[in-house]
This record gives sequence, C-alpha cells and structure tokens, in this order.
Amino acid sequence: MRKKLLSLLFMGMMTMALCTGCGGEKKTASDLPKADTSKEGKVINICVYQDTMKNFVNNYYPEVESVSKDGEDTFLKDGTKIHWIVNASEVFQTKLDEMLKKQDTAEPDERIDIIDLEGDYMKKYLDSGVCVPLSDIGITEEDMAGQYPNTKEAITVDGKVCGASVEVAPGLFAYRRSIAKDVLGTDDPDKVQEMLSDWDKFDEAAKKAKEKGYYMLSGFADAYRVFSNNMSKPWVSDNQTVEVDPSIMKWIKMTKEYTDAGYNHKSTNVFTEDWMKDQAADAKVFGFFYSTWGINFTLVGNAGEEGFGDWAVCKGPQPFYWGASWLVVAKNTDNPEHIKDLLLALTCNKDIMKKISQDVNTFVNNSEAMTEIANDPKSGSDFLGGQNHVALFNEVAPTINFQNICAYDQGCTLDMIYSFGDYFLGNISLDEAKTAFETAIKERYPNIKEIKWPE
Amino acid sequence: MSQKRQKKRKRSYYKRWGYIYTLPFFVGFFVFFFIPLVSTILYSFYEYYTIGLVEVGPNFVGLDNFISLLQTELPKYSLNTLILWLGGFLPQLAVALLLASWFTDARLMICGEKFFRMILYMPGMIMASAWAMMFFTLFSNAGPVNSLLMDSGTVSEPVSFMSSVAGTRVLICFMFFIMNLGNSVILLSATIMGLDRDIYESARIDGCSHRRAFFKVVVPSLRPVISYIIITSMVSGIQMFDLPQIFTDGQGSPNRTSMTLIMYLNRHLLGNNYGLAGALSVYLFLVSGILCFFIYRILNQREE
Repeated sequence: MRKKLLSLLFMGMMTMALCTGCGGEKKTASDLPKADTSKEGKVINICVYQDTMKNFVNNYYPEVESVSKDGEDTFLKDGTKIHWIVNASEVFQTKLDEMLKKQDTAEPDERIDIIDLEGDYMKKYLDSGVCVPLSDIGITEEDMAGQYPNTKEAITVDGKVCGASVEVAPGLFAYRRSIAKDVLGTDDPDKVQEMLSDWDKFDEAAKKAKEKGYYMLSGFADAYRVFSNNMSKPWVSDNQTVEVDPSIMKWIKMTKEYTDAGYNHKSTNVFTEDWMKDQAADAKVFGFFYSTWGINFTLVGNAGEEGFGDWAVCKGPQPFYWGASWLVVAKNTDNPEHIKDLLLALTCNKDIMKKISQDVNTFVNNSEAMTEIANDPKSGSDFLGGQNHVALFNEVAPTINFQNICAYDQGCTLDMIYSFGDYFLGNISLDEAKTAFETAIKERYPNIKEIKWPE
Repeated sequence: MSQKRQKKRKRSYYKRWGYIYTLPFFVGFFVFFFIPLVSTILYSFYEYYTIGLVEVGPNFVGLDNFISLLQTELPKYSLNTLILWLGGFLPQLAVALLLASWFTDARLMICGEKFFRMILYMPGMIMASAWAMMFFTLFSNAGPVNSLLMDSGTVSEPVSFMSSVAGTRVLICFMFFIMNLGNSVILLSATIMGLDRDIYESARIDGCSHRRAFFKVVVPSLRPVISYIIITSMVSGIQMFDLPQIFTDGQGSPNRTSMTLIMYLNRHLLGNNYGLAGALSVYLFLVSGILCFFIYRILNQREE
C-alpha cells in the first residue's frame, strides 16, 4: 500500500513538473501589446539599472511632491506613488524577466509600468512584445519632434515608436593633450582630428606613438564599439545564424596588429583595473573611445585631479555610441495617463531637458536644446581644457547608426571580446579563436545553429 | 481491559511525535532537494530553453542532450576540474599533516601554537568570491604584485599572470589550498592529540626517528580523519565554481583551461537551457555517485 502511495506521489509530481513547463505563452513581435486605459492605478513601478533616471525624475519632473527617506518611492502631487525597482546591470535582466512573467496576472499596482532598457539588450524586449507603442498612451509624433530621429528609428516596430530616450550617448575619441603634443606635434582638436580621421591615419599615429614610448590604445576592447556600431547588418537576422560582419573582422585584424606591435597596453577588456589605471595622469596611453557619460564622469574620475585640463576630444575615425538607453512602457500598465505626462516631461519638453543637460553635464535627446547649448559661447569643459565638447557631440549624435541593433548584441559583444582575447595574446590561433566564439555563442543562445564568417 | 487500551493509545501517541519532530527536515528535503532533483532529471530529456523572453519547449528529445554533450569539450572541463582540485588538495593535505605534527610535538615546544592555528584558520572564514576578487586585483598587470616585481628589478615588463595557463591554474590552486588548510590542520592536530601517545612514545624510546614514528604510527591512526578530509574536499572539488568563476570572469581563461564542470553548467544557464544543463547535472550526479560508492567501500574495508 505504502509503495503504491509513493509511486502515485511520484507520478503526480512528475506530471506537475511537466505542466509548469508548458505554461509558457508564445508571442510574436508583430502583435504589439496594448495598454490598459480603463482606469489609473495608484503606483507606477519603474525598473532601472542605475540611479540616473531616478535622479532625473526626482529633480526635474514638475509633478514630484516628495521623495521617501530610503529613496525607493517618489510621491507625486496627486498622491500617486512612483516605486523604483533598481537592479544592477549584472542582474537587471534576470530580475526583470522574472517580473515580466507575472505581468499578465499581477495586481494592477504590482505591474511594471516603465522599463529603462540599454541598447545592448533593448531589442530582446522589443522582439518579445513587452513594449507598448507610445501612440497608444497618446504621445504623438509631434510631441517627439525634438528628439534625434535616429533614436526614434532605433525603437520603431511596425512603424510605431515604442520608447523614448532621455539621453543620447554619442561617442568621441578622448586623448591626452600632453601626449598628442609629443606625438603629433599639436594638441589642437581640429588638427588632431585631421590626423585621426580614418583608420589608416589612426594606425600611422599609433606607430608614431609607439616610437615615442606611448600606447595608442589601452587594450583589446577599446575600439570594439566603433567597429560594432558600424556593421553593415545585424548580428542575427533569422534567429538561427550569427553573421559576423566584415567590420568586426577589421577590429580583430587591427587589435591583433596593435597587440603584436605593442601599440596597445594589453588590457583585456574595458572597465578592468588595468584599463582604468591607463587613464591616470602617469599612464602612457594616447586616448580612449568614450561616449558622453564616459567623458563627463568615468574619465574625469579615472584621470584624477592631475589629469584635469590635459584631455581633449575629437570625432575619431568613425561615429559610434556607447550606452544609449530607452524608456519603454510595459504592456498591461495601469498608469497610461501618468506615464504619458512623465515621458512628455523628460523626453519631449525642451526646457526641462535643457536644464538637465546644463545641470548634470549630460547630452539629452533634444536637438534644439543641445544646439542651443553647443552654440552658447559659455559652454566648455574645464576638464577638456576649455574645449566645447557639446558641439562635437551634437555633430556626432545625428550620425549614429542604430539600424543594426538586434536582440543578440549583448551576448555577441561579450563573447567576441572574451573569445578573441587569447588570440590577441598569442595563446591560440585565429581558427581556434573562431571556434571558441562559436562554442560560446551556441551555449549562450541555444537556438543559434550556425556562425558565418566573412571571407 | 479499557486501561490496557488506553495505555496502548498513549504509547502510540508518543510515537507519533517522533514523526512530527522529523517532519520539517523531510518537508525541506522534499521541496528543496527532491523536487528539483526529479525535475532536473526529467528536463534532461527535453529541449527546453528561452529565446529572449519566449520559452521553447519543453519538447521531448530522448537522449539528444546527453549525446550532444558528449560531442563538446566535456572531458577537457572534467580534467580542468581534477587538476584544479588536486593542485590545491595534495599540497593542502601534505602541509596540514606537517603542521599538525609540529603543533602536537611536545619536544618542539612551539610558543603560541593556538595563535598560529587561529591564523591558519582565518583564510577559510573569508568568502571564496572575496578571495578571487582580491587575487584578481593583486595579480593584474597593473596590480601590486607586478609593481613589487618591477620596483625590485626582478622583471622589466609586468608579468601577465592570468594570461598563462600555469599562472591561472597555480593561483586558483593556491587559493583553494590556503582556504582549506586551516580546517585540515585543526582536524588533524585534534585527532593526533586524542591518540594514545604511549605507542608513539615507546616507538621513540626504541630508537625510531620522529619521521618514521610519524608515518608508521601516527598516520595510520589518522586514516578515518584523512578519509573524511578527502571526501569533503572531493565534494567541494567537483563543485568548484566560485573561485575560478570570479577569478576568470566566468570565462575559464585562457582558452577555457580553467573552466570547471560547474562553470560549464553555468554557461548553459545563460540561455536558460534547462535541458542541456539538466543533462550535464545528471552526468555529474552519476559521477559523484560512483565516486562516493568507491570511497564508501574503501572506508568500510579499512574498518574491517
């Protein structure tokens, strides 16, 4: 009897385990989700991966009444509460994915309303049908007229814009004035730009830098974003094949040459200890490809006081961006009216956006506001020796190519940089590195069956 | 008659408490161990992963997951795991035996022996992840170890420890060694102190050297403790994950020569590939089971 009971229990459990797996709902990108516009909830849940957006809302959204002591809640004048769900980048997607699974069944006030998505994984959520078109909550094309058009195209699905950026992250090449004088004979940004305007010239400058005892770049991943933002097609177009772009092959070739010739300092990735130390005043690295936040915050911090005034920026060989993010409205949101108002203030209101840019030294997604700041004779950065970098950012921002963003960007970027590190160091051959990338990417994305390399 | 029945009922009433008291363990075991175990084994026969947020499967695929795992570099990762474990464990056992013999040797008259034992135990109290991060910083190209080497004139260029196979493996083994050393020393010296000193003393009086007496008299009496240390260390060796994972940023670099089995398992969880990860877990379960069986037999033989 007992045995029978036990086996019955076993069977029940197995069937249960089976059923839990079957519950997954399958959605395609074409049927865009709808917002629940019947009535407004009392809590707006916003998922972010850092505090930047929270600070923008708390400090610049006119409807804010007060902020709770622990900073987790922001109260609006009409009594509605914004609840901030902050998860660091490393766990952001895991936690978000868990929460989104309950999005259809959760109580209205528990549902996620806004998500801050980084460019590297934004498409994953767009393709999964999580994001409501902004037109559904009443934000029109006219409202968004001030935004840089490419930031809107990047997040358009079936002709409908599904998100909006507060900031744009155009990239520039930040270089050390003192080293530029020694190597190129000048530190004037225009003249330096002339000498670095394409990759051949860049290589020449690297050779000169080496002769003078400097490194052109810090390591392997430094130039990666410049090449990966200029690919001719997305990494994956059919959910089965990774197509490695010729632009990526150029990065591999260049990085190998630079490593063998001693043009770089062999730091294995960005944001490593070695990489950050290469930005200090006593380091010997010529320059870094960095975007807005990188130059205004990261570089300033790493360069330290001694580096103040010793840096300048130029456009470099190709336009690129690094770290753009979009605010999207989650499906089944119960606060469409509030979200509309919030997004209009932070992503469409020129005055508010201009104020944000001036106060926190960031590049906001409003071309009119940024042009005004760029043309203001008072604009300029002390860190960059008085150079007006906003003007340069403003020239690069409209030229960024967001067309080839896909849901596989983050994984491809990570595995590409890691897999080829050993090749650059000379530990493995090019073919072995390619195999390593293929293995890694197939592990990460089980649906990928084939990896195509350009001839 | 009725009194008898009452007595009987009372006894069975007390008997029931035993079950109730042990119930929390069984409930916990069932929910947190048994159900995951069964579902892992079950999923290993299915194709089951996610693309973005879309779940694929579970579709029954038979033994496909097991077969496709055999076509990967699984032997390489098994060998890595073995090398990293033995590289840390063998020195750990040897040094622990040596230190334990010193600490318990009355003739050496070591001062502050308790203090040293505490110092040795301290590394084990630090989290493995903290160790890995500390070593990563210490041995990076611009780290303090390289500055020291360069300032002292030993090397002219910074040594890239983590880009060589030997460098990475030795450092991971060393962390494993230093973390587990203190525990073994305490276990061994406590056992040695509990041994009957008479045999050892008489061997010494008969003219046996300290070393000989140690290996011929003390070590054989330590067998049960040494077996215990081997088993616990092997279990943590098979499960080695946090040290190499954090030390190599999850890559098992260079070229996956320090990627352990659990790190490889973790790679499959990036794509929520429950099917393949489940199959790998089943392999690990089988290997651990076989190893446990052998060690259990060896242990039992010795007791006989």
